[in-house]
Amino acid sequence: MRLMPPSSAHWFGTDELGRDILSRIIYGARISMLVGSSVVAAALGLGLIIGSVAGFYGGRIDRFVNVIVMNAFLSFPGILIAIAFVAFRGPGIFNLVVALSLGGWVGYARLVRAQVLAAREREFVEAARALGASDLRIVVRHILPNIIQPIIVQAAIGMAGAILAEATMSFLGLGVPPPTASWGAMLNDSRAHLFDAPHLVAFPALAVMFAVLSFNFIGDALRDFLDPRSRMEAGL
Amino acid sequence: MALVEIRNLRKVFPLGESMFGGGAKGEVTAVDDVSFDIERGETLGLVGESGSGKSTLGRLVLRLIEPSSGSIRFDGRDLLALSGKEMRHLRRDMQIIFQDPFGSLDPRMRVEDVIAEPLVIHERMNRATRRSRVAELLRAVGLDESARQRFPHEFSGGQRQRVGIARALALRPKFIVADEPVSALDVSVGAQIVNLLADLQREFALTYLFISHSMPVVRYLATRIAVMYRGKLVELGNAEQITTEPKHPYTRGLLEAIPEIAV
Repeated sequence: MRLMPPSSAHWFGTDELGRDILSRIIYGARISMLVGSSVVAAALGLGLIIGSVAGFYGGRIDRFVNVIVMNAFLSFPGILIAIAFVAFRGPGIFNLVVALSLGGWVGYARLVRAQVLAAREREFVEAARALGASDLRIVVRHILPNIIQPIIVQAAIGMAGAILAEATMSFLGLGVPPPTASWGAMLNDSRAHLFDAPHLVAFPALAVMFAVLSFNFIGDALRDFLDPRSRMEAGL
Repeated sequence: MALVEIRNLRKVFPLGESMFGGGAKGEVTAVDDVSFDIERGETLGLVGESGSGKSTLGRLVLRLIEPSSGSIRFDGRDLLALSGKEMRHLRRDMQIIFQDPFGSLDPRMRVEDVIAEPLVIHERMNRATRRSRVAELLRAVGLDESARQRFPHEFSGGQRQRVGIARALALRPKFIVADEPVSALDVSVGAQIVNLLADLQREFALTYLFISHSMPVVRYLATRIAVMYRGKLVELGNAEQITTEPKHPYTRGLLEAIPEIAV
């Protein structure tokens, strides 16, 4: 029953231990979605707060956050920070999420900062200030809703990136420990059978590809849906 | 006691700052040693060409921009001595109507939320009371009840300006800075807005600082006129006197340069 090619009994075939690959891909999707969404949520949350503060208050705070902190993080590849973190703290889902968020927030923070910097100069922000709105209200009620579109698109693309990063980490053996199914770990397990049983590599790789592609499409669709002007034109 | 007392107000903007702060390459004095009073119930017209500092002055009076030096008293209180919180609280008495009726309305808020926002910020009231206040305000500025659920981009410039006026009126302020409220509108729509502002002034006992580059519009509304040129107040007097016997050559130039448009 080991290394069987796709058949009516096992649609995607079986691996070297005789496990059904389709089942493992379906279960692996849980890990990908869980890790992906947790990483995006954590990185986005951190990026929104840090980016908003830097962009809205400007001045010294902005210079410190932008020039020193963000550039320091940007100068490392995110995956390197993640590998170092997991090597230090040990593998596991929680550590994996923290590790990937650690390098992920900078991209959001930089985008949020740039958007807030532009949006805070718009006249309706001055209008809100003239009404006596607090800074928190101005940021949350006026600035963020007006800049959320590119951020949502970035988050959807970031979801794709996080799925890919999770697969990479698992491939390197720094992700979720076996026997839990993870697409990256499946790819790693099947390395030895690349030529005698190529379906072992092909199906998890396709799963990663379709997941990444899907989140890019979702990002696009969300952008169209969230813009009230294009929503009007669509007659919704 | 005048409602607004401005003394020796100055605003200097630095030009070009480096990423690491400091190193400003120069500065522009947008408002230079300006002093005047605005009496309760009057309309002080502020005229001047583009770049003369009149919009900056309007924002300084409301402390939307921090002055470089000078003093601002509003209703007997020194604005510059107030904390951020006290200042926000006092904003209910002083409002602004912006030049650009599109830019000044949050494109993601429905008209009803735009007009209700000052009420949400400053007054505790239930939803029903707020709704009826919004309805009252829409009526006061001549907008239909159906405007509530719509977004700013669905309206024409004149209608948007009415939304902005309704928002400014929501808290029954004592003082309104109207920063070129009609210059983005065409002449007939602008005339309607000017008439609306005049009606509302009578109805709500408002005091206006009316900023404009158009002498005819200012003459129509203002009790007194202040003329600004390159950041300085060059002439201040009764509307009648300024328009019939201007003393400063720049004021004469302004009067001669503008073709007569009946408003």
